[in-house]
Amino acid sequence: MYRYDEFDHKLVADRVDQFRGQVERRVSGALTEDQFKPLRLMNGVYLQLHAYMLRVAIPYGTLRSEQMRMLAHIARKYDRGYGHFTTRQNIQYNWPALDQIPDLLDELASVEMHAIQTSGNCIRNVTSDQYAGAINDEIEDPRIISEIIRQWSTFHPEFTYLPRKFKIAVTGHVNDRAAIKLHDIGIVVKQNDAGEVGYEVHVGGGQGRTPFVAKKMNAFVPKAKLLAYLEAVMRVYNMLGRRDNSYKARIKILVHETGEDEMRRLVEAEFAKIDASQMLTVPQEEIDRISAYFAPPAFETLPADSDGFTKAQTADADFARFVRANVVAHKQAGYAIVNISLKPIGGVPGDATDAQMDVIADLAEHYSLDEVRVTHEQNLVLPHVQLDDLKTVYDVLAANQLATANLGLISDQIACPGLDYCNLANARSIPLAQEISERFADLDRQYDIGELKIKISGCINACGHHHVGHIGILGVDKKGTEFYQISLGGAADENAAIGQITGRAFTEEDIVDAIETVVTTYTDLRTDGERFIDTYNRVGMEPFKERLYD
Amino acid sequence: MAQHAAKGARFQAVTANRLSDGEVVYWAADNRWVEGFSEAEIADGADAAEALLARAMPADFEAYVLEPYLFEVLEDASFYKPASVRETIRAAGPTVRLDLGKQAGA
Repeated sequence: MYRYDEFDHKLVADRVDQFRGQVERRVSGALTEDQFKPLRLMNGVYLQLHAYMLRVAIPYGTLRSEQMRMLAHIARKYDRGYGHFTTRQNIQYNWPALDQIPDLLDELASVEMHAIQTSGNCIRNVTSDQYAGAINDEIEDPRIISEIIRQWSTFHPEFTYLPRKFKIAVTGHVNDRAAIKLHDIGIVVKQNDAGEVGYEVHVGGGQGRTPFVAKKMNAFVPKAKLLAYLEAVMRVYNMLGRRDNSYKARIKILVHETGEDEMRRLVEAEFAKIDASQMLTVPQEEIDRISAYFAPPAFETLPADSDGFTKAQTADADFARFVRANVVAHKQAGYAIVNISLKPIGGVPGDATDAQMDVIADLAEHYSLDEVRVTHEQNLVLPHVQLDDLKTVYDVLAANQLATANLGLISDQIACPGLDYCNLANARSIPLAQEISERFADLDRQYDIGELKIKISGCINACGHHHVGHIGILGVDKKGTEFYQISLGGAADENAAIGQITGRAFTEEDIVDAIETVVTTYTDLRTDGERFIDTYNRVGMEPFKERLYD
Repeated sequence: MAQHAAKGARFQAVTANRLSDGEVVYWAADNRWVEGFSEAEIADGADAAEALLARAMPADFEAYVLEPYLFEVLEDASFYKPASVRETIRAAGPTVRLDLGKQAGA
């Protein structure tokens, strides 16, 4: 994993000192709120319904155990004993006091973490595949280029005041687990016919009130030239992106209004200038230096199978179900990837208590080569667990309400904080996720339904990714009352698609029954082996509409 | 925040978030910010509401609170309650965590 060098340490420490002074001046009255607000936002501090909210960056969703332990400590000392893992692989604290945040940031900095660029109109935390470095058939660990992008984009002077926020995601695998086509820039690590590693770059994806799947802007950018290419995209956006209307200021609107071909021409022209200057050509020695941080950890040479693991599944049906649902094959013989669902039946999606975070930190330290990952679907991952240790890990997870065997199933929902916390929301998301989870609590029924991704947003800003849910749910406000609109057919993977709205919205009382109707329509219509999304893509919207509205 | 003051609302109160910790506060009849909605001063009519908001925003209000605004309240038998789901949640706490927010101490 990447470790801060002296420049990183100084940069973060200086920023904490600077913010401490800004907070002191705000509290003393030397700064007005209008003056202070952009400064606090640049440090991840929002004002929500009940309190301030602090968003902490988790670069490409990777944590060491000491970092997870610090997140637990902060939840305990500065918040109310829990944190909320987000769809951008970050963590949010919902109750910190403003005057304590500088001390909190000091403690975060001690484990090489910060909240810089987790808000504001700048390049945000780079997100990536939670299975990076652990999954088979990966072309290259996507965290290498993610870290290079992180360093390039941190405090980049030209891109500190963009027209709107800017999000970049990277995958190194053909199966996209990072929703890269729903980002301002999505990057896929590719290998060309000559065996060279480079990057396919997609531009202009996003959700919000105007969702778009990103357009493939360049099929292969050589490794050393990627920053020059990204700089070209950013420069075109910074020059031409709209600043007159925040709803139309994201790069997706620029790409849409400019046209894909013209946008490509503009980017290529800018790229040619930057490339000719060689100012942003990344030296091979620097690529090698960053790559070394992500070299495979010290895996033991183990047999591919484990008798103990096999016997434990036979002896414990719950463990066997956990393995079936939450454990993924590892590239290294004798190891497995363990997904920790933060979606217990009836729980709050993405929330973890300080005690749970400590437990996960301990498990990572002892059984996962010191690593934890955060997923954009608001779960956690122990990426490197030996098969022989899986039952022990499972037992600890189960004892701490962390072993729900529902990964990718109907109760493994994304939900934004919604009107329970968020200043922008029109409707609550979490209670709806809880009701759906309880309605479909029977795991055998969930396994029978199969892969089904429900994503819930409490407003059109789409933090809950409703546009790309197989079933998406959008909360709307009608004269002070919460209603919920359903969309079907969305997808956030390599076959990214925007869902289509079924029709009129449902009341709070009716929405869970409506979801049940959608699910039973699918199970009635599916053929052998068809997932929900396959059936929807085959039969279309009409059968679902008929059942929902007739 | 003007969207929270419904047009035609008869009863309104003023709310904000406290600068130091973001706590939800209300403007009370004795010209101070209080934590409980039950202590909020209720204005009857649009003119009274504007006057209430003006009293809540003296020159130095930013030293204590952020973004004061009017919101609609409803008269229900012998007491008042926030009209919207949003303000009901602000006055109590998250509906999914009854151990948190003002409701926790009730």
